[in-house]
Amino acid sequence: MLFRYLFILLILIPLKAFALIEVDITRGNLSPLPVAVSPLSIDEESKKNFNKILKKKDLGSEISAIVENNLRQSGLFNPLNKNAFLQEPDIANLKPRFEDWNLIKAQALITGKVTFIDEKLRVEFRLWDVLAGKEMMALAFTTVPSNWRRVGHIITDKVYERLTGESGYFDTRIIYVAEEGPKTNRIKKLAIMDQDGFNNKYLTLGNELVLTPRFSPTNQMVTYLSYFRNLPRVYLLDIETGLQEVVGDFPGMTFAPRFSPDGKKIIMSFAKDGKSDIYTMDLENRIVERISNHPSIDTSPSYSPDGKYITFNSDRSGHQQIYVMNNNGKNVKRISFGNGLYGTPVWSPRGDLIAFTKLHKGKFYIGVMRTDGTGERLLTENFYQEAPSWSPNGRVLIFYRETKTNSKGEGFSAKLWSIDLTGYNEKMVETATDASDPSWSSLLNN
Amino acid sequence: MNLSKILKNGFLVLVASLVLTACATQKKTGQTQGDVYTGKDSVEFLASGVKDRVFFATNETVLTTASRETLRKQAAWLRKNSKLTVVLEGHADERGTREYNLALGERRANSAKDYLMTYGISSDRISVLSYGKERPVDSGSSPLAWSKNRRSVTVKAN
Repeated sequence: MLFRYLFILLILIPLKAFALIEVDITRGNLSPLPVAVSPLSIDEESKKNFNKILKKKDLGSEISAIVENNLRQSGLFNPLNKNAFLQEPDIANLKPRFEDWNLIKAQALITGKVTFIDEKLRVEFRLWDVLAGKEMMALAFTTVPSNWRRVGHIITDKVYERLTGESGYFDTRIIYVAEEGPKTNRIKKLAIMDQDGFNNKYLTLGNELVLTPRFSPTNQMVTYLSYFRNLPRVYLLDIETGLQEVVGDFPGMTFAPRFSPDGKKIIMSFAKDGKSDIYTMDLENRIVERISNHPSIDTSPSYSPDGKYITFNSDRSGHQQIYVMNNNGKNVKRISFGNGLYGTPVWSPRGDLIAFTKLHKGKFYIGVMRTDGTGERLLTENFYQEAPSWSPNGRVLIFYRETKTNSKGEGFSAKLWSIDLTGYNEKMVETATDASDPSWSSLLNN
Repeated sequence: MNLSKILKNGFLVLVASLVLTACATQKKTGQTQGDVYTGKDSVEFLASGVKDRVFFATNETVLTTASRETLRKQAAWLRKNSKLTVVLEGHADERGTREYNLALGERRANSAKDYLMTYGISSDRISVLSYGKERPVDSGSSPLAWSKNRRSVTVKAN
């Protein structure tokens, strides 16, 4: 299925309203913006048709529930209780009675309409500034009905963009490792789900150990580590076709893969004779290039968004620390100098920060620092957690956390967690099974 | 002069013995020395008297005296059974990042491999496989459990 071309986007009215509502996203948001998400109105005929195809009795309410949940999860918005809404959805979409919405303290209002046209799903929505009594935005989409959840995510992205001034991250997916079984013999499968946990799908069967899946910026491909035939190697997987192939012909373990920002190369570690170095492979011409050459362990490489630099961790100083080098391996500079060990550096999509895992005095931290190593901020502390991955707008980090077992070795669990860059809004991301190694896709529809 | 010299030497001896006892009491705690596992739990035998695994200190890949002895016995056993090939499986404990631990496991298995080679075992009879922290033998979250998990295990491959 091709994701990019299914949406026909129509701007109903030019977006020329002034930004009257402002959501402060620079600090932790302690007073989320009150927003009313009116159920999208839907006519009886469309209701019947969608119920037949999608088994959803009221698709309008279902889509608005997605928007509402996304906004709440972001921590920046406070969707108001629908029981307090005074105006019917269809009338609100034509012309809201702003004083009614003002009464329940809504500052923004989202209304809309869902119709079944030519076997397709058409959704229009409007964003209103309640205090100013003005329409801020109006858009319509047409797509295949099965894309209905994505419509909810795209609406959220548009609202988020309009109100915060930043691009959204809701029409995205998370690839991760689903885990089951005892700690001494975990079964691990690649799994993919929408950012809100829906549409969970397993991509491997669990016959071999798989680790560290990472999305390509083009979204169709994933690179990961598989122990297929007990040979730990970096693989490439096409999510749409299910085709897998090994990356490069290395006489030993390859691991820690990531894509270059243009999606054309894979950067990874190759371990041989007790040392691990960083290599790239061009996916078109298959040319392998050695980037680092040091007797130490050099691993967990991650490109800067412009592709000019690489951050990685190395124990060349005697302990695991974070370094930055040019994309040709020249000009290696250590950037982490705090107490403890630093690993899993990953460059923010905005380019200004590097997220990392820190181990100090028996605790694990997820933190961020500027790309020269200054301004270190630790966002969260726990018994064990690692592997942050950025939301495509560089606003939220997803990572995984494992629990300490008791003296009998019981009580183990691994879960995905997300946290805002400010350190606020830390929450568990629900998954069907235990989960680890999350990687966030870029926006599917942009 | 003499007296003070004697006193001084005596004092040095006393200090040295204090340091030694301090080290001994601090380092040897039941089943670990330093933080290297010395117990018998999880250890299997490739042949009579030939232990299948060696253990490491946190973040270390250096072989201890006991590990070298185990590997010399493995080398002798491999020389006697010249058709055998082995896989050295390197492991790390859970107190590290996943990717670094994969590299660390590889380095641990290689330090065992290098030692076997110095005792005459050809490198084409030895392959190396790192599991990082993916296959602990002890699922506990305690220093003792972690010490058992930091290991290189020699496994018959044929």
